[in-house]
Amino acid sequence: MTTRLEWLGTRAVMLFALLSIVIPLLVIATTALEPPGSLNTGLSWPAHPHWGNFVSAWSVAGFSTLMRSSVIVCIGVVPVGVVLATCAGYAFGTIDFPGKRVIFAGLMIGLAVPYEAIVIALYYNLKSVGLTNTYLSVILPLIGAFMPFGAFWMRNHFAHTPVALIEAAQMDGASDLTILTKVLLPNSRAALSTLAVLYFTWTWNQFLLVLIMIQDPARETAPLGLALFVGQYTTNLPLLSAGTLIVIAPVMIVYMFFQRQFIAGLAHGAIKG
Amino acid sequence: MSTVLAGQETVAATGSATAVTQPGRRRRLSRKWRRALVAYAFLLLPVGFYAVFMILPWIQTIVLSFYNWDGIGTKTGAGFSNFVHVFSDPQLRVAVVHAFELMLYFCVIPIVSALFLTALITGPRRPHWTFTRAVLFLPQVLPAVAVAVIWQWMYGENGFINQALRWVGLGRVAQPWLASFTWAFPAVGLVGSWITLGLCLAFFIAGAQRIPIELYEAIATDGGGRLRQFRWVTLPHLRGEIVIAATVTAISAMSAFDIVFVMTGGGPGVASIVPGLLIYQLAFTAFNVGQASALAVVLSLLVLLVITVLRLAGRERS
Repeated sequence: MTTRLEWLGTRAVMLFALLSIVIPLLVIATTALEPPGSLNTGLSWPAHPHWGNFVSAWSVAGFSTLMRSSVIVCIGVVPVGVVLATCAGYAFGTIDFPGKRVIFAGLMIGLAVPYEAIVIALYYNLKSVGLTNTYLSVILPLIGAFMPFGAFWMRNHFAHTPVALIEAAQMDGASDLTILTKVLLPNSRAALSTLAVLYFTWTWNQFLLVLIMIQDPARETAPLGLALFVGQYTTNLPLLSAGTLIVIAPVMIVYMFFQRQFIAGLAHGAIKG
Repeated sequence: MSTVLAGQETVAATGSATAVTQPGRRRRLSRKWRRALVAYAFLLLPVGFYAVFMILPWIQTIVLSFYNWDGIGTKTGAGFSNFVHVFSDPQLRVAVVHAFELMLYFCVIPIVSALFLTALITGPRRPHWTFTRAVLFLPQVLPAVAVAVIWQWMYGENGFINQALRWVGLGRVAQPWLASFTWAFPAVGLVGSWITLGLCLAFFIAGAQRIPIELYEAIATDGGGRLRQFRWVTLPHLRGEIVIAATVTAISAMSAFDIVFVMTGGGPGVASIVPGLLIYQLAFTAFNVGQASALAVVLSLLVLLVITVLRLAGRERS
């Protein structure tokens, strides 16, 4: 009897937790379908869903441009970021060298420093070399900003690969680059895809840096465009909701496919270290 | 692990196990440095990016905090005055206090709730709850700007929170929550709880799945219930995970920016101001770069302090 009650209680609590996450998402979805100009942001299915809101939001907020900028920044950050994190992970995970502990500790500080403390001087540095208002002013700093996690993640991965594998290759006279690309990387698909997916999400979601660096509307990324859109069209809530869903969609799709990698990367990854 | 690797390398390099002679030692030393050079070559670009775009600007921000500067004209020395202001100026002090209060919402509430959920769904029997975990984790992945818009709607005059209050007959307390001097800050804080709950839960489920089932069975044979199992098995085994969850969420609490910027802009008045937002406003709209830098330095130090305290607390008890 008590076990049955326990079972029911557990289900009820978990259902409540689920609803607390799902309801806000349903609210934004139903609001996006309200007639333009509606002020209802509660939870109710609109009598005549206005799917056209997505089309209007796309053109009014200029999502073609915003999405293009976001994609360009992601293409700039993710491949370079992952390759460099792999290089750092190889050095930290498989080679013993003087200064290893100090350099690694120095990198890990970057996980704790609030980014607000970095962007002030970063802005004036990039301004002095004429890089503000360019894609590079977002791409280059993000590669640096993600490096602590990337190096940490790849180091953990390489440190857990069997030593014998590397030794055998070294006896065969393989160079480090060969060992990395031919021996280690083929076994690193999961670690690399997790890192790439996390880098993509963090880049896509980045707001503060873009807000500071980019003034040209043609180079705004999707989250910045959304924030400015919200500031301008405070009265057209359905349009803003549709815009919000458009910005969410790419990360949502990636999350649906790589849900396990996300949780493994963010939760299990931190514990391993 | 890598020390072992290096040792075996040298054996392989010297070939047959002859007695260690002088030339042999020199060769080993040079090999060690050759390995080091390879490592430095691999680290050159990653560390270079990190140094140029993280460490250098951070140090420059520290330097800027000792000057008065509007971002264009000449800098004039300010001594420690910018730091004095952080604690004497009411607005700045409120922001720093809020940073600590946000830890209640970003760390304490989610960790306690996640521990409760973990206690319910782990233990002797282990269903996977994969779907629930995936859904609860979702807010961690969404753009914070979008999350902020969603919750603006939730808290709005015609939003779901007020709708739900009317359903249960509490319509008279319904209000636009983000416009309230009393409620704007807790409302923003609870969005932080919403974001970090799934992360904490993922940490704890991962940890709890590694606890041997026999420990639970031992308590059960002694006649202990779920509560005793949680108190004496789950909780002690999750100590490490709790420290990590607290560290990660404390960092995100103290450097909160996006959701506050979009939801309230720090208002009404300074009711929901936080250091991250104030640093941005001081540096990029008030052009008081020195003051912004001083607040940024204080914030960095507070984060490092909190992390150190958490690490010590975790070590001491284990």
